[in-house]
Amino acid sequence: MSKNALIQFVEDQVAIKDFPAFSAGDTITVTYKIIEGTKERLQKFQGVVLQRVGEGPKATFTVRKISNNIGVERIFPVASPFIQEIEVNKKGAVRRARIFYLRSLRGKKARIKEARR
Amino acid sequence: MSGILGKKVGMTSIYDESGKNIPVTVIEAGPCIVSQIRTKDVDGYDAVQLAYGEKKEKHTTNALKGHLHKAGTGPKAMIAEFTRFEKKKSLGETVTVEVFMEGEFVDVVGVTKGKGFQGVVKRHGFGGVGQATHGQHNRLRAPGSIGASSYPSRVFKGMRMAGRMGGDRVKLINLQIVKIIPEKNLILVKGAVPGPKNGFLKIERWN
Repeated sequence: MSKNALIQFVEDQVAIKDFPAFSAGDTITVTYKIIEGTKERLQKFQGVVLQRVGEGPKATFTVRKISNNIGVERIFPVASPFIQEIEVNKKGAVRRARIFYLRSLRGKKARIKEARR
Repeated sequence: MSGILGKKVGMTSIYDESGKNIPVTVIEAGPCIVSQIRTKDVDGYDAVQLAYGEKKEKHTTNALKGHLHKAGTGPKAMIAEFTRFEKKKSLGETVTVEVFMEGEFVDVVGVTKGKGFQGVVKRHGFGGVGQATHGQHNRLRAPGSIGASSYPSRVFKGMRMAGRMGGDRVKLINLQIVKIIPEKNLILVKGAVPGPKNGFLKIERWN
């Protein structure tokens, strides 16, 4: 279904930063701003991209990492003003757009082959 | 009271200054034509009648054509009255989205999407009967008892049962206006509003 021109007009006004292209299976580092009370600081979240969803200002992506042996997932809106930087560390070779099978894998099995350029 | 008529365009999300994601409904509102002024002397109450929306001439009755001709305008799809309109309006004047300001709270009236014949679980939020196992069958989404037997020997009026759902006139109150874009006649209201896309809406503000 084509999007209404007026919705497109509203969405075009939301500023989306220019990030490098990445997709499911890639290992990325997201630098984002955290506001604690009045203080601001930057935090990094490095992990594997599980999926990218949506388009325009509604688009999000899910990043999964293993922290202290516990799987942690975080969903970031692409248009969020809190995201400072996205760095692609590794291009992963995966066959599907949503790699949820990674959740049930541990240790050596949870590795993803690096894509050949 | 102050208000305008409009049409639901759809939903999206935008960000405020603090970086918060706000879900918004985009409403294309106005420009409306003042089609009648009701006064206390003539009609018994004060109100402003607004007309909005495209309508084909062949689908319009002569009575409506004549009524709108007095305001100097063609056929309109939606006509509604606003009692005790804040600003003095004269016949044929246009009302645009600038009647509102960003940050104000408005009420939005619309007709909800029709859902057809629905059971009590969906229509009234009943919990259903019992459990799915232990030999239970057929009654998972049933309403249960609808009353006693020999007394009162009838079902009370207003008993919540299955039936037609949706298609009701619903007013949502205190929705915040996030943004107004006058050059495109757009109002961005926080949250959802009743009705389908392209459904007509009445947006009003009481003080």
